[in-house]
Amino acid sequence: MSETVARNQRPAPAAWNPRLGGASSPLIQLTLIRFREFLREPEAVFWTFIFPLLLASGLGLAFRSRPADVAKVGVLSSAPAAEMIRTALAGDSTLRVVSLDDTAAVTALRIGTVALVVVALDAQRVEYRFDRARTEARTARLLVDEALQRARGRRDAVAITNSLISERGSRYIDFVLPGLLAMNLMGSGMWGIGFSIVDARRKKLLKRFVATPMRRYHYLASFLLMRLGLMVIEVTVISLFGHFAFGVPMRGSLLAFGVACLLGALVFGSLGLLVASRAKTIEAASGLMNLLMLPMWVASGVFFSAANFPDAVQPIIQALPLTAVVDSVRGIMIQGLGWAALAPEFAIVTTWLVLSFGIALRFFRWR
Amino acid sequence: MPGAPPALEVHALRKSFGTVVAVDGLDLEVHTGECFGLLGPNGAGKTTTIEICEGLQEPDSGDVIVLGQRWTVDERALRERLGVQLQETQFSEKVTVEETVTLFRSFFQRGPAVGEIIHLVQLDEKRGARVGTLSGGQKQRLSVACALVGDPELLFLDEPTTGLDPQSRRQLWDLMEQLRASGRSIVLTTHYMEEAERLCDRVAIVDHGKVIAIDTPRALIRSLGAEQVVEVELAEGAAAPAGLFAATPGVLEARIDGPVWTLQVLAAHQAVPAVLRTLEAARLSLTELRTHTPTLEDVFVSLTGRHLREQ
Repeated sequence: MSETVARNQRPAPAAWNPRLGGASSPLIQLTLIRFREFLREPEAVFWTFIFPLLLASGLGLAFRSRPADVAKVGVLSSAPAAEMIRTALAGDSTLRVVSLDDTAAVTALRIGTVALVVVALDAQRVEYRFDRARTEARTARLLVDEALQRARGRRDAVAITNSLISERGSRYIDFVLPGLLAMNLMGSGMWGIGFSIVDARRKKLLKRFVATPMRRYHYLASFLLMRLGLMVIEVTVISLFGHFAFGVPMRGSLLAFGVACLLGALVFGSLGLLVASRAKTIEAASGLMNLLMLPMWVASGVFFSAANFPDAVQPIIQALPLTAVVDSVRGIMIQGLGWAALAPEFAIVTTWLVLSFGIALRFFRWR
Repeated sequence: MPGAPPALEVHALRKSFGTVVAVDGLDLEVHTGECFGLLGPNGAGKTTTIEICEGLQEPDSGDVIVLGQRWTVDERALRERLGVQLQETQFSEKVTVEETVTLFRSFFQRGPAVGEIIHLVQLDEKRGARVGTLSGGQKQRLSVACALVGDPELLFLDEPTTGLDPQSRRQLWDLMEQLRASGRSIVLTTHYMEEAERLCDRVAIVDHGKVIAIDTPRALIRSLGAEQVVEVELAEGAAAPAGLFAATPGVLEARIDGPVWTLQVLAAHQAVPAVLRTLEAARLSLTELRTHTPTLEDVFVSLTGRHLREQ
């Protein structure tokens, strides 16, 4: 019934004489489609915006600054002057003292329930048993020794004043947040662009576009425009979160920070384009993505300093695009680096950008 | 239209993929304003041919002239004048009908308004619906809509009704008749002979990458010389000697396929009694007898010995 009505309403065959309707800019339309596809994909929104915040919160809580630890030390109960030692150490609030017999002392040292065992041979001689390789053991030795010597009347030769500080910028969250920000630029740039393009190729949509007068650079540019738009949101959300939740500083200029993020978004967008330039299936693209991204996750200093790797591989690590983006973003936020200091990183990122975009354009498979 | 160049000229077109020859010296000419059908079974080279004409594939050799122009000259200007519908395009599922048509419209300098195109393909009610929620027939009409955004002079439709239910197919046929009536040239590939008979002014029958017949559907059918086709199905296990109907009066051509004889006859009312007498004389019993007026399917069978849609 409804079909009959629709058919009657339709103009008679010969009457379809199209009036010309105005068209808007293809670049704007393509970019709008990119945003719609992204925003209507709840998973993509989660991985881009929510996940980095959860990760930053988790890491921030796990590695928060803690009050100074109490050192646990054992006193060998079978030693002749054990009781005297216990009394001398009891007054020190940075030490927790337990009495141990011979077997228990060996076990406690081995499994680390105490950092050090004090053996009082007599009133004048004391032996410390500890593992010199363990930081907390060395600390415990200093604390115990200090307490014992003071109890026997040692006096300071130099007058000391302790001023306690907690410097913003030196905590783990200050280190890791710029890293997460850069890593997010890499992930959303590469997955966001690479997947969309491979998907469009697989669905023959790319071929369908090529069959229109669409300019091909408009198509590719629409992806970079979308990335820039999303980059602004991602970077704002993550850095504001860092600022308000953890007090992560922004010591450098906002302009330099903007340029670093812009270059980061563009370089990873171009790498995504490069990965997608030939791949015909999502599987092929995703293998290639992991091959590119995994080494950078590990080596580029997102979670721990890239300086931990041997000197021999440093030139390679420093040349990676993620290392350059991480170093520039972190340098601006934490150290307040200026343009001159950032020049080498920006040069590395720009080189990657030009090379990957150029190669992607040259080898892009449109059909 | 005298004096106007043909909408499409194809000369000695060849294209191979590795050792597989897809198009093997194909020639055809599509007149301005006609609806031209490429009819053939799957794998006959129809899609390869039409995609070369659309400038989406490079031929190995041969010449293609579209609207008087070769693909080597100003490709974009030519694309402004063409409408292309591909066989297997899947539009983005998260995007609405209107957004999809608007996007395609934006690629063309001139063309009708988005609302008008959506109205023409009867998707008004689905205007704001996401592509992922459309039925197969609706998706196909969207695909045709995206081919119409530039008000094309020449429209390529590659198997537009394949896989659709009969009602959706008829709906698309109505649309295509309307497009034909509006004076644009249409090139259509199909393996449905009723589609070609109903919509096409002329049809090229394609097999193994070659045109084996080209004419109006009526002329092709008339070329059989038969007025009627009689199908006779013999009882199970009946031995059917070759040349059984060779001497039967009124039977022009006889072909056996399993238990079914397909006979092209001049006049059914005279041929059928003669056929029954032949069977009686040979002591064969039949389980079914059908007659129909010849179709392009019969033309294809007569030319190739095979059916269009091999089961």
